[in-house]
Amino acid sequence: MIILTMKGVQQSFKFLALLVLVLFSGSIYANTSNENEGQVDTKKEVEDYILHHIQDSHDFSLFSYTNDEGERKHVGFPLPIVIWTSQGLVSFISSEFHHNDDGHVIVEKNGLKFAKIHGKIYELEANASSVNFDEEHHAVNAHKVLDFSITKSVVGVLLVGILMFFAFTSLAKQYKKKAIPTGFGRVLEPLVLYVRDEIARPNIGEKHYRKFTGYLLTVFFFIWVLNLLGLTPMGFNVTGQLAVTACLAIFTLIIYTVSGNKDYWTHILWMPGVPVLIRPVLAIIELAGALLIKPFSLLVRLFANISAGHIVVMSLIAIMFTLKESLGVAGATGLSLVLSFFITLIEVLVAFLQAYIFTMLSALFIGMAVAEHEHDHNTSGH
Amino acid sequence: MYNLIGAGLIVIGAGIGLGQIGGKAMEGIARQPEATGKIQTAMIIIAALLEGLAFGALFLGK
Amino acid sequence: MDKLLNDFSPGLFVVQTILLLLLILLLVKFAWKPILNSLNERESGIADALKSAEKAKLEMQNLQADNQKLLQEARMERESMLKEARDIKVKMIEDAKGEAQDQANKIIEQAQAAIESEKKAAIAELKTQVANLSIEIAEKVTREALSSNDKQLKLVESLLGETKFN
Repeated sequence: MIILTMKGVQQSFKFLALLVLVLFSGSIYANTSNENEGQVDTKKEVEDYILHHIQDSHDFSLFSYTNDEGERKHVGFPLPIVIWTSQGLVSFISSEFHHNDDGHVIVEKNGLKFAKIHGKIYELEANASSVNFDEEHHAVNAHKVLDFSITKSVVGVLLVGILMFFAFTSLAKQYKKKAIPTGFGRVLEPLVLYVRDEIARPNIGEKHYRKFTGYLLTVFFFIWVLNLLGLTPMGFNVTGQLAVTACLAIFTLIIYTVSGNKDYWTHILWMPGVPVLIRPVLAIIELAGALLIKPFSLLVRLFANISAGHIVVMSLIAIMFTLKESLGVAGATGLSLVLSFFITLIEVLVAFLQAYIFTMLSALFIGMAVAEHEHDHNTSGH
Repeated sequence: MYNLIGAGLIVIGAGIGLGQIGGKAMEGIARQPEATGKIQTAMIIIAALLEGLAFGALFLGK
Repeated sequence: MDKLLNDFSPGLFVVQTILLLLLILLLVKFAWKPILNSLNERESGIADALKSAEKAKLEMQNLQADNQKLLQEARMERESMLKEARDIKVKMIEDAKGEAQDQANKIIEQAQAAIESEKKAAIAELKTQVANLSIEIAEKVTREALSSNDKQLKLVESLLGETKFN
C-alpha cells in the first residue's frame, strides 16, 4: 500500500481495480488447489479445514505445500502478535509458533510461556512446560489472554480502511476542481448518492439525515468491500468475525441510543396510550428490543450470512475431494467448479445485500430514534 | 440430533415466512407496478428481520 | 452458542472498535463532508439553474403576453382611428354639402334679390322711358294734332281710351 500511495492516487486505483479483478477471477482456482494446510481428503478434514478458515488467524498464509522431503512449507507472511498477559503487554512475531495450532510449540517471552491452540493464544501457568488437555480438549493448565494482535482480520480492516480513505479523499479532492468526477470517482459517486438518497434520506428523514450519512456511508462501504474481500482467495473472513460484526452493531446501537429524542424514550419507557399497568411490561420488552434484539439481529445476520457463504463455497469446492471416488477426478472437479462458480456469483450479490441491509437497518433504527411525532398521544391512543 | 431437528424446524418456519413475504410482495407489485421500489425495500427489510430471527435461533441452538 | 462465544475475540473487538472509530472520523472529516457538501452544492446549483430557467420562461411568457396586449391595443387604436377618420370624412362631406347648399341658397337668394331689384329698376326705367316716350309721342301727336282743335280733342280722347296703365 505504501508503494502504491507514492504513485498518483489515480494510478493506484487503476492498479487496485486490476488487482481485485485478477484476484476474483483466480478465486476458485486458488481456493481449490492452493489453500490447503496439509493434505485434505476426508470429510472430517474438510470440515476442520473449513472451520479453521472461517476463524481469524495470526499469520497471513497464501498457500502451503509438501516438499520432496515430506515437510510442510507455508508461503505467506507472519503477523505481529500483541497480547495482554499477566505481566503487561507482550509482543512477538507469529512465525515463532511455526504454524503450529494445537499447542505443541511453546514460545517463551518475558519469562512467560505461550501456546497457540485453535487460533487462540494461551498463557501457560508458571510451572507448566507443556499444555495439558482434558477429555474435551480444553487446556487445563493454560488460560486465554487478551489478544490485540494484528491478525489477518485486522490486516483486512486496515487494508480496506486505507483503500477507502484514499478512494474517497481523492473523490473529495476531485470536487474541488470540477463538478463531475472522472475516472474511478465516476464509479464511487453514484454509490455515495445511492446510500444518501436510498438509505439515509428516506429512513432517517429530511431533517436529520445529514448528521448520520457519514456513519452510514462508512459502514456501507466498509462492510461491502470487506465482504467482497472475503470472496478473494486471500481468505479474509473479516465480516464473518463475531467481534467485527458486534463492533459494527454496537456502533449503531450507541448512535441511535445517544441520538434518541424525548419522544423515542417516552415510547420505550412509558408507552403512551396503553393502560398504566401494562406500561412497565412494555417498557421491559421495548428496552430489550432496543438495546439487545436490534443490535443482536444486526450482528448475527451479517456474521451468519458471511460465514455461511464461506462455508458453502468451501464445501462446494471440497466436493472435489469428497466425491473423487464416486464421480472420478474429472467429474468431481467439474461439478465442484460449476457449483462453486455459481455460488460465488450469488455470494457477490449477498456481499452487497448484506452491506445494504446492515446500513438500511441502521438507518431505520436511527430514523426511529430521531423521528418527531406531531400527533397528540392522548387522543391517538396507540 | 435434536439440534438438527430444531434447525430443520427453524428453516421450515423461516421458509414459510419468506415465502409469505415474497408472495405478498409479488402480489403487491402486480397490483401496483408503480410502487415496486417501495414494496421491494419494505420486503427486504422484513426479510432481513426474519432472517435475523432465524439466524439467531439457529446459532442459539448450535 | 458456546463455540461461538469461544470464537469471539475480545482483543479483536477492541482493535476493530478503535480502527472503525478512526476510520469513521477520518472519512467524515476528509471525505464525506467535502463530498456531501459539493454534491449538495451541485444539486442546489442545478435546482437554482432550473428555477431561473423556469423564471426566464415565465418572464418570456409575460413578455409575450405583453406583446400580445400591445399589439391588441395598437390594433384597437388603429381601428378607432380609422373609424374616427371615416366619421370625420362623412362629417366633412356632410358639412361641405350643407355649406354648399347654404352657399347656393344664398347665391340664389342674392340672385333673386338682384333680379328683383333689377326688375324693379327696369320697371322704373321702363316707366320713365314709357313716360318719356309718352311725352314724346304726346308732344309729336300734340304738335300734329294740335294743328286743329278737333283733332286734338279726338286724339286725346282716343289716346286716353287706349292707354291702360300697368
